[in-house]
Amino acid sequence: MSALLSIADAHVAYGKVEAVRGVALEVADGEIVTIIGANGAGKSTLLNAIMGILPLKGNAAFAGLDITPLDIEDRVVAGLSLVPEHRELFATMNVEDNLQLGAFRIPKAVAATSFEKVYALFPRLKERRRQLAGTLSGGEQQMLAMGRALMGAPRLLMLDEPSLGLAPIIAADIFRTIGELRAAGVAVLLVEQNAQAALRIADRAYVMELGGFILSGPASDIAANPRVVASYLGFQREGGGV
Amino acid sequence: MNTTIMLFLLQDGITNGAIYALLGLALVLVFAVTRVILIPQGEFVTYGALSYAMLATGQVPGTAKLALAMGAVSFALDLFDNRRSLRLKLLARSLALNLVLPAVILALTYGLAGPKTPIAVNIALSLLIVAAIGLFLYRIAFQPLAHTSVLVLLIASVGCHLALQGLGLVFFGAEGLRGPALSNAALTIGPLRFTGQSLAVYGLTIAFIVALWLFFGFTLMGKALRATAVNRLGARLVGIRTTLSGQIAFLLASLIGAISGILIVPITTLYYDTGFLIGLKGFIAAIIGGLVSYPLTAVAALVVGGVEAFSSFYASNFKEVIVFTLIIPVLVLRSLAAPAVEEEKD
Repeated sequence: MSALLSIADAHVAYGKVEAVRGVALEVADGEIVTIIGANGAGKSTLLNAIMGILPLKGNAAFAGLDITPLDIEDRVVAGLSLVPEHRELFATMNVEDNLQLGAFRIPKAVAATSFEKVYALFPRLKERRRQLAGTLSGGEQQMLAMGRALMGAPRLLMLDEPSLGLAPIIAADIFRTIGELRAAGVAVLLVEQNAQAALRIADRAYVMELGGFILSGPASDIAANPRVVASYLGFQREGGGV
Repeated sequence: MNTTIMLFLLQDGITNGAIYALLGLALVLVFAVTRVILIPQGEFVTYGALSYAMLATGQVPGTAKLALAMGAVSFALDLFDNRRSLRLKLLARSLALNLVLPAVILALTYGLAGPKTPIAVNIALSLLIVAAIGLFLYRIAFQPLAHTSVLVLLIASVGCHLALQGLGLVFFGAEGLRGPALSNAALTIGPLRFTGQSLAVYGLTIAFIVALWLFFGFTLMGKALRATAVNRLGARLVGIRTTLSGQIAFLLASLIGAISGILIVPITTLYYDTGFLIGLKGFIAAIIGGLVSYPLTAVAALVVGGVEAFSSFYASNFKEVIVFTLIIPVLVLRSLAAPAVEEEKD
């Protein structure tokens, strides 16, 4: 099977400090892949570089297209979408406007069906559609950020720490929704500190440490790996947040 | 002071205030979207007004040629920026926007200019010319600096102002010009006489404010511009090009500037450097509005116009001093009311 996203020998640096060193990664169509690792391992840096926010040195192909020369906006058109850690919502605009802008680059007719899909996935957003994004609760903001990203009908959705700062019950809700995306045919690349929850919904997983991958494989194998259990799973509460 | 004089002064203040309101709104718009404090806004006023005045005498204004020259520079910049991945579609779009468009405007100006050209045609030509200059100004001076700090953008903005003002002297000469009125009709209510021109000022100001409100509130492109102003990264992540937002902001600002110029040039003689002072008064209104609030800016502009009218009656020598001194108490109040904000880094 040819990969939807394939990254090879990727390096990302902040000035002279290299945060990601020679990483290779693949995501297939409709697959849920997670990258787990400690704070500062370079997970978010890698996602930002795939989206074009940070410069990526190396090879990056998406749907057979070399994306390294493309800027963020063209990667969006190609079908990549990122929900960043800080969500980057339009705080002074209402929920519906935020969602509508998520469909900025796709035809109006398609956007109408996107609205239905997103509201079906997050009924809460439909209730709050006239409310300003900045006044939503943390969980609702995360839903809105994901909804906005899905409005553009991406082929690959990248999520950076979606459970960060959320109450455990809300985080569980977010993870369940991510699992539902599989049925919708959207591939997901998930970066998470809550390794337990991430491994439960993912097909495959990479473990990142100090800017490189130290392990990769099917999520169930990774979850059973003694090193992972000791470092990332052992002391985490069931369904817990950060 | 009797009531009649007061009414006259108020009327005068509101007419000028309406113009300052338009300019203030344009400044807020450009700052919100691009973080540029648009000092050359005044030059858009001058260029619009004096191009219109020159066209009215049947001459071709130099601004039409400037637009083509700036378009050529923009095209060259586009070529240079995309030298690694030159695509035909991109090239064709850049060619059409940067070369064909100003060439057509220049050809139209040559073809249509004459002593008998209708006023409406002259207005349309002036607006086209200045709009093109605004668009290219963004491409040449501000798009390459889009990621820099507000201070760098401000310095570039001052540079643009000086360059455009100098060019204004070349195009229009040191003599002032006056343009024909849009309408010679007049309306008398009690002691007040409303000229067609001042009615046009009110009407167009209100129309523009309503149009901007509709644009930002109800169109996808307007919302995209607001989104860029609220969160640049968020906007890029949904595929909104910040350069497109910047272009539209500059296009609107130059159009608003040119319209303001065309509205005032029949009322008062304009010189190549008058625009700066007019633009600064719009800037004071924008500052009072905190460079974010449109309604506050519009109200502040009317206050600026009023203060100016009354101070020119009571202390005409200190007219500008009084108007610009307004900014000090406002800044003091604002700095007391608002907590210190660190400049956004992106």
